Amino acid sequence: MSSAPGVNYLNEKSGLWSWLTTLDHKRIGIMYMISVLSFFAIGGAFAMLIRWELFGAGKNIVDAATYNQFMTFHGAIMTFMVIIPGVPAFLGNFFLPLMIGAKDVAFPRVNLLSWYCLMVGAAISFWSLFYHGADTGWTFYTPYSIQTDNGTTWLVAGAFVMGFSSILTGLNFIVTVHKLRAPGMTFFRMPLFIWGLYSTAVIQVLATPVLGITLLLLIAERTMNIGIFDPAMGGDPVLFQHFFWFYSHPAVYIMILPAMGIISELITCYSKKTIFGYRAIAWSSIGIAAVSFFVWGHHMFVSGQSEVAGIVFSFLTMLVGVPTAIKTFNWVATLYKGSIEFSAPMLFALGFIFLFTIGGVTGIMLAVTAVDVHFHDTYFVVAHFHYVMVGGTLMAITGGIYHWLPKMFGKMYNEGVARFSFVLIFIGFNVTFFPQFVLGAMGMPRRYYDYLPAFEPLNKVSSLGAWTIGVGFLFALYVVVDCILRGKKAPDNPWGAKTLEWQTSSPPPHENFTTQPVVTGGPYEYR
Amino acid sequence: MMWWLLMQSAQANTFMPPAATDIAERVNSLYGFLLWASFISCVLVIGGFIYFAFKYKRRSENDKTAYISHNNFLEFLWSFVPFLIFMAVFVWGWAIYSQMRTFPEDALEVHVQAQKWSWSFEYKNGRKSSGELLIPVNTPIKLVMTSSDVLHSFYVPAFRAKQDVVPGRYTALWFKPKYKGEYQIFCTEYCGEQHSGMLAKLKVVSREEFDDWLANDPYKGLAMEEVGQKIYTARCAICHHTNDQKLVGPGFGGLFGREETLQGGEKVMVDENYLRESIMNPNAKIVAGYPSGQMPTFAGQLSEQEITGVIEYIKTLK
Repeated sequence: MSSAPGVNYLNEKSGLWSWLTTLDHKRIGIMYMISVLSFFAIGGAFAMLIRWELFGAGKNIVDAATYNQFMTFHGAIMTFMVIIPGVPAFLGNFFLPLMIGAKDVAFPRVNLLSWYCLMVGAAISFWSLFYHGADTGWTFYTPYSIQTDNGTTWLVAGAFVMGFSSILTGLNFIVTVHKLRAPGMTFFRMPLFIWGLYSTAVIQVLATPVLGITLLLLIAERTMNIGIFDPAMGGDPVLFQHFFWFYSHPAVYIMILPAMGIISELITCYSKKTIFGYRAIAWSSIGIAAVSFFVWGHHMFVSGQSEVAGIVFSFLTMLVGVPTAIKTFNWVATLYKGSIEFSAPMLFALGFIFLFTIGGVTGIMLAVTAVDVHFHDTYFVVAHFHYVMVGGTLMAITGGIYHWLPKMFGKMYNEGVARFSFVLIFIGFNVTFFPQFVLGAMGMPRRYYDYLPAFEPLNKVSSLGAWTIGVGFLFALYVVVDCILRGKKAPDNPWGAKTLEWQTSSPPPHENFTTQPVVTGGPYEYR
Repeated sequence: MMWWLLMQSAQANTFMPPAATDIAERVNSLYGFLLWASFISCVLVIGGFIYFAFKYKRRSENDKTAYISHNNFLEFLWSFVPFLIFMAVFVWGWAIYSQMRTFPEDALEVHVQAQKWSWSFEYKNGRKSSGELLIPVNTPIKLVMTSSDVLHSFYVPAFRAKQDVVPGRYTALWFKPKYKGEYQIFCTEYCGEQHSGMLAKLKVVSREEFDDWLANDPYKGLAMEEVGQKIYTARCAICHHTNDQKLVGPGFGGLFGREETLQGGEKVMVDENYLRESIMNPNAKIVAGYPSGQMPTFAGQLSEQEITGVIEYIKTLK
């Protein structure tokens, strides 16, 4: 179907109803964008409150019970509603069909259903606030989560429903990648973002059901006392941890793999250079996804699992380090003899490599059993996963949003403010989380409402950094809103990128391409 | 600032508290190696990309770039070298971890009971203590631990020792402190409202001092309310103030002799029997405005002398 000039997916139909019933992957992507950014604002507000409370020893703004709710909702919102749907469901939805030259995803109705699953799940989760919230932490460890007297059941039920969103998106992407690639687009001509999304989709489909079963069992335990996790009835509370991490460790790769894909796109585009070691990066995504299913026990070195299990999981965790290291070295090598432009998306990509490297080496430290015994459940772990998840994934998402804004809305963003947002976020991030490595080494446990006086100076520094990040993201939000409302008209391919999404108009027409693209070479043919 | 912190950590080898056992010193050596290896890797990767980024900065829009698709030798090298390093630290960590998990036969055993939100300890001869674990220097100590409610985790940073404490089963931990002194015990598994207040002290003393302490009746010559005050400090203070301010539970000041309204609207007089019932079976009669299930039972944990002591102590708080 060819469209009239000036007609695109945004203006082809109008009205709220046309959005809520749309089957266009691009419109669904935009709906995910609005949802995810709203959840991010809420989760971020909780983060600001957490750091405010921890600014000084003793009580600062709220009591311990309320603080525990803050940290629970911060964790649950950021993982289940922001980072997990953030890359695949938002950016992936919009760009996966475009980048492989397809008209849409394989199952457009299922795609819409997955957005409703996320929204219904989120609504159920927030419903818990009417039942005194939840205070278990996002990990819902038993038996505390069985005994605590509040809306935990609602939060857990919401996460259960949101799981379906993730499974459906994953299923859709796997089929789309297999069946809908444009003529000539072989697997090894796919952009690396697609490889990242594909690996992620496999994890989403295989691991998320385990989380669903676990959460259902927890709900059954809370409402019907079935006695599977509750030691008072002969259950095993540690079993819950095995079930939980069997999903939640692969889940961190759901969060990071597609983010790594974004980095491959940004690095090549803004250095006008073909990627170094395409196949190694592609296979390493698959490798990480495969090994990720066998490392969950590294969350449990001191849980009471056997010594042998601890050693085996330590070994397997080391194996994940290798493909991760390969990707990092390949990105750096890609810069060699490139033509590097320090635009805002590139700054975020370089910031990603910086922060992710620190997150990576501290991950190796934590994989070493004897050292992890000291660091487990301290701020060292908090710092490590924020370096990976925020310094990694969120940096990639932000860079990706800037990079693709002209394509999504057909308008250019304000480059100066975007760069300034990077400076604030990058500096604020390090000021927040680097001191937390030191706090962890000193022995400050995580999930603490109050702390010993010795921990106070570094906590103050950390809080100041957190507020800097907060301001940085406000500037980033300004860039997005300003671009949509007042941006100058964008050309079809403002960055001179080679991947297919830039070969159609900005914004793209309803079915993406007016003529079916035919692919004759790799994705990064900058010659 | 990061540079400064990195240099500091590399020079001082550690930001960790001073190591107080042999195993802790071994952990320090491994940690020191990891810090250096990480520092060098970060300098190579981060320094490398910053160097490239500036050296190959875009000159004009028409820049031509080199087309370099891959290099098998380089890629093998930067897969294999990290792999070797990872295996080395894995085996090194394994060796120390095995020592942590191999319990000496001659260890002095102490039972640890964790409960929201206090630690209590019982020695083989029946001597009990709360909030403070006293042990002799240069003696291997084995802790046999369990919890009466939710997960807790016993953590002594100076010993680099940590173990989750699980209800319904025993977990164990051992260490051999080299120096006399006072060390901090934390709870490191989230356990609810007063998680961050679930602290205790670990006191390492000479063998003689320990033997003396172990053989003595801790309450010898104390008045009933003084016995109660000791128990209050170790077990009750985390949730109850001595004035009339609410913390997790009600303040004890002026509590005795007051009339309270229960959740069902029934009235109750706070007398010796109500206090006793609230200690032994805390969920039987909850005062309106407090959630049920917060307070654990102390049945079987406090002796008759201690229960009476606590009640007498509460009576003295006006």
